[in-house]
Amino acid sequence: MATAVSILPAQQLATLEDAYRRSVARKRLKAALATAIFCAALLIAAFGAEVNLRTLFTYFGNFVSYFDRILTLESGARVWTDFPEWFWGWQKWLKMLGETILISYVGTLTGAVFAFALNFFAAQNTSPGPWVRFVIRRLLEFARTVPGIVFALIFVIAFGLGPMAGVLAIAIHTTGALGKLFAEIVENADMKPVEGIRSTGASWLSCMRFAVLPQVSAGYASYALLRFEINVREASVMGFVGAGGIGQELVVAIRKFYYSDVSAILVTIIVTVFIIDISTGWLRGRLFGKETRR
Amino acid sequence: MSQLPKPDTAELRAKYPGVFERPASARLALPAMIAAAVGIFVYGLVDLDFSPTKLITGMSQLGWITMMMIPPNPGASFPLYMQALGETLSIALLGTTLAALFALPVSLLAARNVIPSNLIRFPVRRFLDSIRGVDTLIWALVWINVVGLGPFAGVLAIMVSDFGAFGKLFSEAIEAADRKQVEGIRASGGNALHEIRFGLLPQVLPVIAGQVLYFIESNTRSATIIGIVGAGGIGLQLAEQIRVLEWQKVSFLILMILIAVAAIDFISSKLRFAIIGQRAVV
Repeated sequence: MATAVSILPAQQLATLEDAYRRSVARKRLKAALATAIFCAALLIAAFGAEVNLRTLFTYFGNFVSYFDRILTLESGARVWTDFPEWFWGWQKWLKMLGETILISYVGTLTGAVFAFALNFFAAQNTSPGPWVRFVIRRLLEFARTVPGIVFALIFVIAFGLGPMAGVLAIAIHTTGALGKLFAEIVENADMKPVEGIRSTGASWLSCMRFAVLPQVSAGYASYALLRFEINVREASVMGFVGAGGIGQELVVAIRKFYYSDVSAILVTIIVTVFIIDISTGWLRGRLFGKETRR
Repeated sequence: MSQLPKPDTAELRAKYPGVFERPASARLALPAMIAAAVGIFVYGLVDLDFSPTKLITGMSQLGWITMMMIPPNPGASFPLYMQALGETLSIALLGTTLAALFALPVSLLAARNVIPSNLIRFPVRRFLDSIRGVDTLIWALVWINVVGLGPFAGVLAIMVSDFGAFGKLFSEAIEAADRKQVEGIRASGGNALHEIRFGLLPQVLPVIAGQVLYFIESNTRSATIIGIVGAGGIGLQLAEQIRVLEWQKVSFLILMILIAVAAIDFISSKLRFAIIGQRAVV
């Protein structure tokens, strides 16, 4: 069977190819320019960050051997050969871990309650007035842009060392983060029920309670659970600045070179984070079946 | 106007038992859950040494601190702070870029449509998961042990912790890519590397670029906090000023961070839209 691919005459082809080459060349030039600018920025950044490749090469062995060291017991054996020795402080660590989870739980719940109280004022469709909205939005933005650990540093000075500072720092950060997400859910809610309730002469509060809340509560719970997951990680480092939880033990172990303790605490943290991730994922699946995991 | 007829409640009850007489388990589920949540909350308050007196004294302390913070004033250290801010931005940019470079080949190994075998994919994924399970601050502490105090440790910390996150995100982007281009390349006689280079990469690169930009943005925040443990940048200055109770400088530094983050947000969202059009990222 004979098929013929029709080929354009050379002259026509030449103009087409020319146009093609030109457009490709322009694209390539743009890409090359962007790459050059990016590389220049990287170079400047490398100077700014005092990057010293020689240090890295000299000490990179240390990084690898660090993991070798934290996986070795004092007796010289590998950690997994002697679990009781590796996890010698498990009672203390479990208690601290419990404290960490409690910090994130109390912080998340407090933050969620505040976010819940504020979000109707921050959402465009339910806010009583533009001024209230502006002020609340800036407030939430501030609360979520300043890192939680900075709040913790300040609260440790105001409230004293201990888990209370950690809880409050997490609560403030959570208020900011959840307030924004909650307000976005409210903005996506259907406004017809609100009109229905308002037409019966109800107050603003009743409108929120009976028209908006039933639509949004599932989304709220889902985001709050997600935040709890994130806050467990956050709470595990709050101890670095003295704000309670397992971070305190970890930072002591790292700074004082208790190598096998470092790996033991890290393993407990990672396992806990896994368990919390999986169980909140399961819980969210149970509660709000159709929503997919992030 | 005629009145609506009075509803006959008894009849309605008989007609819709599902609405009026829900089983006890369904009616009690919500209050029980709320009671449990409040119970744990109260236990937490007690266990974590919350007390009203502590709260009130702390609040008044906090009020004092806030008063002392106004007006924000850097004193004579403004150039130093600008330099520290530059250091922070450098840490974020460099750490994220390096992480992306290292994560790209690994993410190919973790993507189902590139490596169909579970044998390689599973350990790679668990490896990435465990890296992500460790916070950036912890990585910073580890790297400080290795390369010493300073911003270089910060770059390496951000690099390692983002490596885990990027590996996961990139592999998801690759898995979401269209098969047809890859099949087209194979049909015209390309080998496995050609398939990746001409079939997959053109599809996933814009997505990846968007994610990298987004991470540079969020890493500006992380880079400010890793300074607190000694890994350079503006966080180091902030932690020092908090420790010596120079509140005016503290508020100035916080203000600087807020403005820098807002500026980076603005630039990177512009760039992101330029790269990927109006498609949403992450």
